[in-house]
Formats: sequence, structure tokens, C-alpha cells
Amino acid sequence: MGNKQTIFTQEQLDAYQDCTFFTRKEILRLFHRYRDLAPQLVPLDYSDKPAVTLPYELIGSMPELKDNPFRQRIAEVFSEHGDGNMTLDDFLDMFSVLSEMAPRDLKAYYAFKIYDFNNDDYICKSDLEKTVNKLTRNELTPEEVSLVCEKVIYEADADNDGKLSLADFQHMIIRAPDFLSTFHIRI
Amino acid sequence: DGSEDNGEGSAVETEETAKGTDKGRKRATPRTRRAHARGRDRHGDEEDEDDEDGTRRAGHRRHRNRRRGRAAGNEASDSDMEPAKARKNEANQKSKEDDEEDEDEKGSKSGKGKNEKKGDKKSDKKGKKEKANKKKKDKKKSGSGSDSESEEEPITEEELAKLKEEVEEKKKLIATLRNKPWKMKKKLSVLKEAQLFVEKFEGALGKGKGKKFYAYKVMMTKKWMKFQRDFENFKTACIPWEMKIKEIESHFGSSVASYFIFLRWMYGINMILFGLTFGLVMVPEALMGKPYGSLPRKTVPRAEEATAMNFATLWDFSGFAQYSVLFYGYYNNQRTIGWLKFRMPLSYFLVGVGSIGYSFMIVTRTMAKNANDDGGGDDTSFNFSWKMFTSWDYLIGNPETADNKFASITTSFKEAIVEEQESRKEENIHLTRFLRVLANFLALCTLAGSGYLIFFVVRRSQQFALEGLENYGWWERNEVNTVMSLLGMFCPTLFDVISSLENYHPRIALRWQLGRIFALFLGNLYTFIIALVDEINLKARYLLPFTMFDMLLGNIEELQIVKYNMTIWEASLYNGTIPANSTAPPIQVDPADVPRGPCWETMVGQEFVRLTVSDMMTTYITILIGDFLRAVFVRFFNYCWCWDLEYGFPSYSEFDISGNVLGLIFNQGMIWMGSFYAPCLPAINVFRLHTSMYLQCWAVMCCNVPQERVFKASRSNNFYMAMLLFILFLSTLPAVYTIVSIPPSFDCGPFSGKTRMFEVISETLEHDFPSWFGKVFGYASNPGLILPFILLMVLSIYYLNATSKSYKEANLELKKKLQ
Repeated sequence: MGNKQTIFTQEQLDAYQDCTFFTRKEILRLFHRYRDLAPQLVPLDYSDKPAVTLPYELIGSMPELKDNPFRQRIAEVFSEHGDGNMTLDDFLDMFSVLSEMAPRDLKAYYAFKIYDFNNDDYICKSDLEKTVNKLTRNELTPEEVSLVCEKVIYEADADNDGKLSLADFQHMIIRAPDFLSTFHIRI
Repeated sequence: DGSEDNGEGSAVETEETAKGTDKGRKRATPRTRRAHARGRDRHGDEEDEDDEDGTRRAGHRRHRNRRRGRAAGNEASDSDMEPAKARKNEANQKSKEDDEEDEDEKGSKSGKGKNEKKGDKKSDKKGKKEKANKKKKDKKKSGSGSDSESEEEPITEEELAKLKEEVEEKKKLIATLRNKPWKMKKKLSVLKEAQLFVEKFEGALGKGKGKKFYAYKVMMTKKWMKFQRDFENFKTACIPWEMKIKEIESHFGSSVASYFIFLRWMYGINMILFGLTFGLVMVPEALMGKPYGSLPRKTVPRAEEATAMNFATLWDFSGFAQYSVLFYGYYNNQRTIGWLKFRMPLSYFLVGVGSIGYSFMIVTRTMAKNANDDGGGDDTSFNFSWKMFTSWDYLIGNPETADNKFASITTSFKEAIVEEQESRKEENIHLTRFLRVLANFLALCTLAGSGYLIFFVVRRSQQFALEGLENYGWWERNEVNTVMSLLGMFCPTLFDVISSLENYHPRIALRWQLGRIFALFLGNLYTFIIALVDEINLKARYLLPFTMFDMLLGNIEELQIVKYNMTIWEASLYNGTIPANSTAPPIQVDPADVPRGPCWETMVGQEFVRLTVSDMMTTYITILIGDFLRAVFVRFFNYCWCWDLEYGFPSYSEFDISGNVLGLIFNQGMIWMGSFYAPCLPAINVFRLHTSMYLQCWAVMCCNVPQERVFKASRSNNFYMAMLLFILFLSTLPAVYTIVSIPPSFDCGPFSGKTRMFEVISETLEHDFPSWFGKVFGYASNPGLILPFILLMVLSIYYLNATSKSYKEANLELKKKLQ
């Protein structure tokens, strides 16, 4: 089948295929995308699992991410230490969750993490305000922003604690018709 | 260490334990070492994190990893772990002996294990894991003491069943691992653990009687899974144009890309149809049937021979193109052909029916899949939440599109805020309503106008035909086709302008647009069919002494007159006598000179092929002129023009999704209608779609700009599918009608000589199947059996509908309870 690659062992490739939604060819293609960000840092031989991490600036400059207002949060959620610097494993994980094949609940889980700016496992009013401002590039007045955030909490907060927990968020997002098609990056 | 021998699994081990205690003694040494390591570990997970260096003892490291793997396994399974833990202890020990052989893998795993710990801290499964670990530690304490005895006992049936259950759980975990919200490192180590466990115990389970067979079954399952994975990889690699679509998606958003995905899907269907018609109809006839020139139906008539090879004739699909495998009329009605005894008429019939059946099946299946994905339905209870969390399209990878998207999101929020803050004023409603009624009235006028224009043009073409087509140029000859294509080009733009009066949300406006264009195309199609019938009528009247309408009504008398004329002509070769029963040897006549009966199937096929070709040409020319030349004009003449061409009129064009999608659907309708009469149609369509893909991808990237209001294509997908299904149904009606009710032409095509086309089935049953089969079929086609069957199907549809309604209601109830 033309598998003459020397980057990964066959076992590693099989393990990646079991842990992500990608095929063998896609994993190799993703590896080359990862490597292209910093060819001098990323070795061509991954069979001994080198501990290579790429800084956030390189990840955020990828064409798929550079226009996304949430790219910093995405990188932080999927990175090892929460600082946006990603290893190859994190990289594969990120694109696997954002791919077409990932199921709704898996995407909902990570979407919640992305929109939770202060990492306190709740989407509170300040998180919502940051989200709206990122979406509209600060073009709404503070009263409008406040109104939008209040409406969102009113609609989605099921346990009435003034903020959205994971369960509230999942309950609301699972029904959204556009969620699967917008929370999707093709690479 | 005596563990090397035990690598093959516990089956070997039990034999060895039976041998004596020296093995036990040998094992005691590693066990005590491990017990010591376990003792250290018992103090808690947290301590292990402090050992940052990699110089810990091999047993300790492996042991911690094994425990963590099992912890993860525990999370996956909800069954009672208590009795299983004793099993797991054994499993641990046995697999540890295995582990000692692979040093570096374990070494790397420990590295992962460390990081995985940190990952675990983030997940909320930590509490559960600590509890599970504690339980395991206790078990190990008790287990370590009694290990020596439990290993020497034979495994009972009950324990075997439990082991099997665990193996199944592990397998399920491996299969669903990619759906778990864990970090990659954790997933990789859990995978490793589970795989080793399964490997170890697949061997163990094969004890006693069926051992060899079980091992064989396991190996075959593994090979089958590997094959499946390779096949999936291969299938994904086969999907064409993925990169192109991705580029378009990032520039123009997912609504424009959905058109190209639809195009690619249609291409797949057409490839299958092409495979069927080419492989089972055209190739056998070309290889095994009688060659060109051997029969009258396969030869160009003497009168047309002079112009048969001209490009103009070939472009028109007459001449040599007409008398070839491309059209219905070429095929001979011999029951079997060639040394393979290939049943040509049966194959032709089954391919025709099979194409229609396949198309129905695939369209319905795609609709069902899409309906599944849609989920909720029209819910307005989360308006603002959905705007906030699902409006940004993560596929956007282009700054211009991103700018448009930001602007559109801002506008959408502002609109929603305004709606929330004040109620609508009275005057607005009346004005909007009046404008919408006006818009609908204008749309109706356009539809009526287009219908009348087609009628007018058709009548003119009938006049031309009467006066002789040689007197007129290209325009008059192709007037009907060109006018239809032009109407299809300009009316949608007109509808677009009208819809700006209506002021709907873009998704609703798209639906109205699609509906109106659908009505336009449908009206054009019906007018065209009437025109077609009339035109053939006219040609027939002009050339031959009877009409197609008469044929359609089954006027056998006229056909018999033609047959009589032909026998007279034959007889004239015998110098004027009309023999009652001819026994003279047949005189060799060149097939080109034999007079022919009319072949209406080929004529119909030709018309469809011409229509498809002219439609293709019109689309390409529209793209080149409408999009490309316009873009060139705007770009280069902007410097020397009074007003800004790029912002005012005409500016760059936007990609017209609705027009293109409907064009594609109607084109496919043509193919379905005509492929029974012209087997070459799917081939032409495959070529058309292939070039269309490249041309349109280039045109979109080069000449179009992203839409002002970038919106989602979401649920429109099922709308397209529903229209496709409707068109499919309409297209197959004519073919089915002709198969069942109209006698085929008597001297051309594979069904010539039969009274009805479907008689080929009964003929096959008679000759090729044993007699009892024919009897059974005869009973089965008895109306007394068919009617109850239909009744049963209707009842089952009603039942399924009722249950689906009740599920929906139960769903709603649950939803209410949750809120």
C-alpha cells in the first residue's frame, strides 16, 4: 500500500488512527503541516517520541486559524499546559475534535472549554461579554453587550445560578442546527 | 527471571504451575519485588508525581502505568468490578511478565503516564479515579497474599465468561476511544493498556475444546479489522477535489461550498450510472453484437451517407453517431449474442430499470441521513445563545470573508436587540405585506411570460419545419433550445431583483427563490415536452405517411401498411411478382438501401442528448461572459469610468447558489428521462460534470466575491434532496409509461418484434429458468396476491408513521421536563 514513510512506527500510526478521526494519509499530511510551521524545530523522525512543542505564535499564524477570533482560546484549550504551545499530539487532537467526523457531544465539551475564558468550569457573564466583543470586534455599545449577555443567561441557564455550567451549555448547544457545521475546521 | 516462558499467555502458565513449585518459587521473586513496589504506591497517586526522574525501578514504573490503565478502563465500564478485580490481578501479573521484555515502550509510556497525570487533574474524573485506585489497592493487598493459590487453580466457566465480558468491554473502549474528551497522551496510553489486555486474554479465552478454533477466529477478526481500516483509508483517498472545496469553503463560506459538495455527490451517482450503461449495455453490443453495416438498423441509409461523417452532422448526433451503440436503435433484438450467450435485450431492460431503482435508493438514503443530522427542528427558545455560540464559521480562512462575517454578525445582533427592545409598528406590517404581494404578482407575471414565449417559439419552429429547414440558418434551427436556455439564465436574475422588495431573512429569501425557479423550470420542461412531441410529429408527417401520435395510440393498421409496403419493395426485387409464401433464396441487398420504419426511441434519445449538450454550452458561455468578462470589464475599465464600477453597477458578481443547484437538478432529470433511449447520456453527463467542476471552481475563485450577508447553508440540503426526489419521480414516469404501454418500434432496438417492452422478462423466464420458476412467478404476479401485499405495505407505513409521531411526542415531553 505504499507505506514507505519513516516518520512514525506502524504502531504509532495505528494508535493515532484509533485515537483520532483521521486516516493514515491525513495523519501524515497533518504531521507535514505541523512541521512546516517550524522545520528546524520539528524532526523528521518521530519514532522515539521527541518532546517538541511549538509556540502559540506559530500555531496562531496558520491560515485555518489566523482569521478566527477564538484562535488563542482554541490553542490554550488543546495545549498541554494551557498556554497555547502545542505538541504534535495536541495538534492532532485539536484538528480531530474540530473535524467533520467528531460527534456533537465531543464538540460541545470542547466548545464549552473554549468559551470559558477564565477556566473556572462555568461560562459567567464576563466570559460572555468577552465572546460578544470578539465576535463583533467591539462594535456594540456596552448596554447592548450587557443586554445580549443577560438574554443568553436567561435562555440557557437551567439551574438558575447566573452562569452556564457544562450541562446547561450542552443542553443548549446540542439542539442548535448550525453547531456541527460551524464548529468545524477542514484541514 | 522465569517470565520469558510465560509470554504466550496463561494457558501455558497453568500447565507450568501444575508442573511444580519451582516455577512458583521463581515467580515469587518478582512478585515480592512488585509487592514492595505496590507498598510504596499505596501511599497515593500524588507522591508519584514527585519522582520526576526516569531512574525508578522498572517494576514500579510499569506497575503504576498498569494501575492507571485499569483505572481508565474502570471509568469506561459500569459493571461491578469486585469479582473482576481478582481476575485483573492475575492479568496484571501475567502481562507484567510480558512487559519486562519490551523496555523502551514502557519507558516511553512512563513519560506519557507522568503527563497524563497532569491531564487527569483537569478532568472531573479525578475523584472517581482515586476511589477506583483505592479499591484496587485494597484488592491488591489481599490479592498479593493469595496470588500463589489463585494462579494454580484452573479457570472455571464462570470466570471465563467474566473474562470474556471484560475483553469485550476493552474492545468497545478501543472502538470508541476517539470519542472520549481526553488529552491525546491519555488516550494513547489507555489504548495501549486495553490492547495489551485484549491480546493477553484472547489467548486465555481459547481454552479447552474450541481453543484452536477460537484463536483462528480471533486472528481472522484482527485481519478483518485491519482490512476494514485499510479500506476506509483507501476510500477517503479516493474522494476527489477535497482541497479545491476546502479552498472555496474558506473564501466563500459553507453555503457556496455546499453547492460544490452537491456537485461532487451527483458526479458519484453519474459515475455509477455510467458504469452500468457502459459496462452492461454498450460494451457487450460493441464487442459481441453484429458489426456496423451488417443489418439495416445498424447502417446509415443510402440517402444520408454523403453527409454522415460531417462534423455538423456528428455534432447534431445524426449520421454515424446515430447508427452506433450510443442510441437505442442500433441494438439488435437477438435473444443472446456472442459465445458468452449474453442476453442483450434483458440486459438493456434491467439496466434501465436498475438505474432508476438505484437512483431512488441513493436519494432516499441521503435524505434519511440528512434528516438524522438535523436534530431539533425550528426552535426559537435559544435565539441569542445560538447567535453567540454558533454564528462564527470556523471554516473561514480568508480576511475578506472574515470581515464580511464580522459585519454580518454585528448586524444580526443589532437586529435581534432591536426586536427585543421594541415591538413592531402597525404601518410596517401593512407596507411589508403589500410589497410581498406585489413581488409575488410580478413573479407570476414572469412565469406566465416565459411560458408564453416558449409556446410562441415552438409554434414558429413548427412553421419552419413545414417550410423546409434548409432555408433557415442556425438560429432558426436551434431556436427552441436556445430560448429555453436563455430563459433559464435570465429569469432567476429577475426573481432575485423582485425578491429585494420582500425584505426576508436571507435563508427564507433563498427558499422563495428556489421555489420560484423550480416553478419556472417545471413550466419550461412541460412546454418543452409538448413541443418535442409536436416536433417529432411534424418530422414524421413530413417524411413518412403516419404520425407519432398515431403510433402512441397504438394504431396498428398504419404500421401494417408500412410493413406491407416493405414486403412489396422486397418482392420487387424478385421482378414484380408478389409471392404468397416466398421460398426463393434471399437476394443480397446492401443494408443501406433497405427502407426503414420510424425509430421514435432514437429520435427521443437524440433530442435529450441535444438538449443536454446545448445546456452545457450555455452554462459555459454564461460563466465566461457573465462572470469572467464582467470581472475583466469592472477591473480594467474602472480607471476610466465616471462612477466606481466595483461598488456600484455592475460590480463583481456573487456566486448564484440557487440557480446553479437547480440547474444541476434539472440537468439530472434530463439524464434520468433520456438514458433509457440513449445509453450514452450518463457518459456525456459524467464528462459534463467533470469539466463543470473545474471550470466553476476556477470561475468562483477568479471572478466572484463573497456574499454580502454570509449565511449558513444548513438545512437547505434536504430541500435540494426533496426536489431531486421529485424530479426523479417525474422523470421516470415517461420511461415507465413507454415500457408498459407503448409498443416498441418494429425494426429497431433490442425490443423490436415484441408487443410490449416488458415481455422480455416473460421470455427470459420461459427460456432460461426451470419451469416451476415460471409457475411461481405467474402465481406471484396474480392480482389476488399483489393487492394484499400493497395493503400490507400501506398498513406498515401507517404503523411506522404512528410510532414515529409517538416518539416525537415523548421527546417533547422529556424536553419540557428538563426545563
